[in-house]
Amino acid sequence: MPLLALSGIRKRFGANLVLDDVSLTVEPGEVVAIVGRSGSGKTTLLRCVNGLETIDDGSIAFDGKPLPKGGAGLRELRRQIGIVFQSFNLFPHHSVERNITLGPTIANKLPLADARTIARDVLRQVDLEDKISAYPAQLSGGQQQRVAIARALAMRPRLMLFDEITSALDPELVGEVVNVLERLATSGMTMMLVTHEMGFARRTADTLVFMHQGRVWEKGPPRELFAAPKTRELETFVRAVLQPHDQ
Amino acid sequence: MSRDFEWPEFLFLLGALRWTVVLAIIAFVGGGIAGLLLALARTAAIAPLRWLAAGYIGVIQGTPVLMQLFLAYYGLAVLTGIRIDPWPAVTVAFTMYAAAFLGEIWRGSIQAIPRQQWEAGAALALSAPSQLRHVILPQAFRISIPPTVGFLVQLIKGTSIASIIGFVELARAGQLIVNVTFQPMVVYPIVAALYFAVCWPLSLLALRLERKIDAALGLKRHP
Repeated sequence: MPLLALSGIRKRFGANLVLDDVSLTVEPGEVVAIVGRSGSGKTTLLRCVNGLETIDDGSIAFDGKPLPKGGAGLRELRRQIGIVFQSFNLFPHHSVERNITLGPTIANKLPLADARTIARDVLRQVDLEDKISAYPAQLSGGQQQRVAIARALAMRPRLMLFDEITSALDPELVGEVVNVLERLATSGMTMMLVTHEMGFARRTADTLVFMHQGRVWEKGPPRELFAAPKTRELETFVRAVLQPHDQ
Repeated sequence: MSRDFEWPEFLFLLGALRWTVVLAIIAFVGGGIAGLLLALARTAAIAPLRWLAAGYIGVIQGTPVLMQLFLAYYGLAVLTGIRIDPWPAVTVAFTMYAAAFLGEIWRGSIQAIPRQQWEAGAALALSAPSQLRHVILPQAFRISIPPTVGFLVQLIKGTSIASIIGFVELARAGQLIVNVTFQPMVVYPIVAALYFAVCWPLSLLALRLERKIDAALGLKRHP
């Protein structure tokens, strides 16, 4: 059974149909990379999965159960689905440690001592143990994003969503974040990523989803899709974004 | 025959300053509690709550504090059927006045926190009250320090209008002393200096608090 099943999803912003009949499944341990031009609905799709956006039509099932609309049910779902945002969205008034322990202590009602152990553990996973007492403003963009990943991991999620998490970073800081992502993918984490890192998508993703005009335009193993696009749109996209070293 | 301005007169002013400060503290604390509720109502998801709070704030901000003071004074008298002490009237009027202004200041502070902060809290499975308490309000508090202290200073000085219904605070006490000493150019500068002595340290304290918070968080807001 797939961990996540999206079926016939439609989403409108006013008169604008941003998601048009999107169906997609994610198996446990699968890494799905979603690519496409800006405005193709990638980010909206991701945000629908953990209920940050509502859908107008279709259905989302996580672990075989339909997505709750709100309240305690939606919170329970969010304990199991982590998300990392493009703009980090760390809490600037909390230390790195408190950023990470907030979810486990407040939402999961763990004792603080246990949450602190988890914090050290997830910070080790992103190589930032020494920044445990720092505040977000004292970190570089890449470090902040790694803390944001650690914060999401601390909830022990079964699915991780990544929304263009390297897009706001200076080029020289992209590598450290991509490294963390690759390690996470290798560890067996189920992941859905919206990304512009084509090299990463090609190396790491099991499935590449190319979105265009709110639809899943093409879908398949990344190497096949990059090597032989079936549609003109993907061909144009691949030519525009693929760097020589990605080929 | 007139008296000179000497120690007893100065002590009288100091005694009146106490009532100015006490009135301001009551209005600030009471208005602060009510103002926080108003700010939360103004930013609530439930529309009637927003309208109710906006209506209250609109009425209080749109009418002179003098009228509110009269209404509280004569209103309480009519309600209780007896001529009442100015104390309850001034505390009720200034508390209601402070609630409206603090509510509006804090609404702005809450709304100044980016939507993404709410989302980040929601994504960590925090309930809406938890998002507010652990994510939004602490950040809104930092933003609200300068306008809040600015309003507190206005409030302290504004209490002088309470003298109109016979409440003897610092400004009224100054008038009384002038009436017996005929030395306005001695008394009023001293009255002004006493207001200054209360208000200025507050502004300084607020600035220090801001700097302390920003330094602790590694923020570089002060060039």
